[in-house]
Amino acid sequence: MSRSRRRGTRVSLPAPVLALAVVAVVFFALPLVGLLWRAPWSNAWAYLTEEHALIALRLSLICSLWATLLSVVFGVPLAWLLARVEFPGRGVVRALCTLSMVLPPVVGGVALFFALGRRGLVGQYLDRWFDFRLPFTTAGVVVAQTFVAMPFLVITVEAALRQLDQRVEDASRTLGASRWYTFRRVTLPAIRPALVAGAVLAWARALGEFGATITFAGNFPGTTQTMPLAVYLALETNPEQAIVLALLLIAISFAVLVGLRDRWFGRSGRSSTTVLG
Amino acid sequence: MTLSASLALQLGSLDLQADLEVEPGELLALLGPNGAGKSTLLRCLGGLAPIDAGRIVLDDLVVDEPASDSFVEPENRPIGFVFQNYLLFENMTVLENVAYGLRSRKTPKADARRTAREWLERVGLSEYADQRPRSLSGGQTQRAALARALATNPRLLLLDEPLAALDAGTRSSVRRDLRRHLETFEGMRILVTHDPVDAYALADRVAILDAGRIVQVGTLAEVTAHPRSRYVADLVGVNLVNGVVFDGVLTTEAGAQVVIADAQPGPSFAVIRPPSISLVREPVDGSSARNTWVGTIAEVDRLGDRVRVGIEGQLPLTAEITAAALDALQLQPGDEIHASVKATDIEVYPA
Amino acid sequence: MTVFAAASLTAAFTEIGDAFVVEYPDAKVTFNFAASSELVAQIGEGAPADVFASADKSNMTRLTDGGNNATEPEIFATNVLEIMVEPGNPKGITGVADLADQNLVVVACAPEVPCGKYAAQVFESAGVTVTPKSLEQNVKAVVGKVTLGEADAGIVYKTDVTAAGDKAAGVEIPAATNVVAEYPIAVTKEAANTQGAQAFIDLVNSEQGQNILASYGFLAP
Repeated sequence: MSRSRRRGTRVSLPAPVLALAVVAVVFFALPLVGLLWRAPWSNAWAYLTEEHALIALRLSLICSLWATLLSVVFGVPLAWLLARVEFPGRGVVRALCTLSMVLPPVVGGVALFFALGRRGLVGQYLDRWFDFRLPFTTAGVVVAQTFVAMPFLVITVEAALRQLDQRVEDASRTLGASRWYTFRRVTLPAIRPALVAGAVLAWARALGEFGATITFAGNFPGTTQTMPLAVYLALETNPEQAIVLALLLIAISFAVLVGLRDRWFGRSGRSSTTVLG
Repeated sequence: MTLSASLALQLGSLDLQADLEVEPGELLALLGPNGAGKSTLLRCLGGLAPIDAGRIVLDDLVVDEPASDSFVEPENRPIGFVFQNYLLFENMTVLENVAYGLRSRKTPKADARRTAREWLERVGLSEYADQRPRSLSGGQTQRAALARALATNPRLLLLDEPLAALDAGTRSSVRRDLRRHLETFEGMRILVTHDPVDAYALADRVAILDAGRIVQVGTLAEVTAHPRSRYVADLVGVNLVNGVVFDGVLTTEAGAQVVIADAQPGPSFAVIRPPSISLVREPVDGSSARNTWVGTIAEVDRLGDRVRVGIEGQLPLTAEITAAALDALQLQPGDEIHASVKATDIEVYPA
Repeated sequence: MTVFAAASLTAAFTEIGDAFVVEYPDAKVTFNFAASSELVAQIGEGAPADVFASADKSNMTRLTDGGNNATEPEIFATNVLEIMVEPGNPKGITGVADLADQNLVVVACAPEVPCGKYAAQVFESAGVTVTPKSLEQNVKAVVGKVTLGEADAGIVYKTDVTAAGDKAAGVEIPAATNVVAEYPIAVTKEAANTQGAQAFIDLVNSEQGQNILASYGFLAP
């Protein structure tokens, strides 16, 4: 019996490499399977549509989207600065801005506390002069999430900018385009895959943020209780509900990641601006 | 519409100092070896590399003068630039590429597209208007890049090695096309190339750039008739000797003496054509009108019936002899040899 | 030997642990302090604990309901709630009723954890509606918010106020509206070191243990 090889399904990995890759896939799939196995399917809908679950979900989505937006608005100029402008201490600045990636989130939360809390370095003036406090507010949640999520975007976009052939921007300028016009029509489209990838990473990180949120912003349903916090607390008293909420969070993230097709992440092996795959 | 530049720039290991004048409607070729600073000079004129000292004036507009802190950004200069690798925008169609220069200067979209289409037709790329640049061949990409640069109607067109990225087969036909398109352009054109054939086919005047200095300017015929640099001498295939003439003798820096026919005293160049050099094993007792120098054979290159012999010594030379003469002399690299030239065979002119 | 104990027992049990090692030099005691509800959930999932000390009876009941205890739970201490404020009581809080003021930043424990449940009971018996700005996952987090100046007032155990020393001040809650938190302790079923576990519980119940607890503000069972 002859085996026909269909185009696109050729597996050209050596067996040991394939085995390791399969182990990795199982490693990631197992916890998800575990959750699905323990999920109380009969009560699932009741748990999902319970008011405080929906409130937590809505809050999570709103805050994470805001955090992503802020990450893009501030992160892209920062990435530009780090990629294009040579200044003394650039390495230090870069390390500083991406520090929160390696910091345990709770430590990040505590640090934000001492900076922006009611008695914080800057926070005390916000309180005294503007009667404005960040902890215990939804804005505080957004701040905490942005703090941990932005570096993901900065790193991705900076790498893409560095790989860009700057001479294309030269060409644009000789054609009469201002720096902004060049950025808009030449640079931005070229780094689009990296920008999208970075934004998605930032969003996912913001959505899942727990430690910094609970330390800095606190926990109150409707204002600061995001999904991860709700899941954590539910785990203590009602594990079944916790599982259902966790699965919901996973389902949403999964849908977004799958929905963003390969295409958006850049043609593999072809584009010089590809960062992931 | 004139360009007048007198500039100095230090960039890495390159020390560039050049004075340049381009007349209205003229095409000047910048010719020279790699690393001479040709592309850098072009970038200075285009505003992509600010100069350290001097002045660039384009049509009575001072576009770069460090002394008075004046600098006009590239986007505000009336220039068009065709880059060596063309650098078309991959994320736009060919039509959008050509329209880019107009759109960036706030021309309404419809007008810009119309002008772009006209240009595409002029360069014969109409059917590729809605395709991406990556689907174009080398020659087509070059035409698109040219159309893009010309669509904005610049006063000065700068071309950086526009044919270098093409393979030898397509180069001649593309050169012919380029010539045709450049001829219809009324502004000033400066073309950088390392290939003298380009200069010959396209340019009105040639400027030879070597190690950051302009060593010769003139028509290609003038320049090759009286080379003033090793580069041009090599191009033409002659020996160039540099020294001071006094009392019928030209003395080089290395101390070699060249007896010459009647010539003006002072710093001079002397051209010795390879075929006019005779090679002998033993020195010949001749009249004072014959030069003989001793040297060592460095290399022997057979080119069909002719043989090029490279000679090292106080006066390095390249001689050209027949294959028969080579066999008779039994020359090997490392052999000692005497090179001899008649004074009347040497052309001398002031440096 | 591992002891899982409610967050409010942190200081007291650590000292009892030191005393335990003095008495049994070969012993090694590790503590896991967290909200009682979190601890009982972890034990239920198989976390290795020898002793469980809860801040309320309902969490201990969760343990026994699951059949995860080896000994009958015994109450070894009681505690009451108190309002913790910043040193010097700058906002001039006198009682639970003042906490209803929306301009005050009040924090309490989440209702899922014992001190949160107790706080809710206190508010109810005082007939006051209090909306905290944050519901923390354990009482130590509430203490932290007050001592760092982020919150004006927090509902904590009396022992927490004592433990905070001069970093905080306390406003008492009258016995009529206050709750008495009963702290049960038991050996877990899966205990690896039942002898050590029982010895620890004995120490807690002994005069020495009780004195230590009292020094931190705990009341007799």
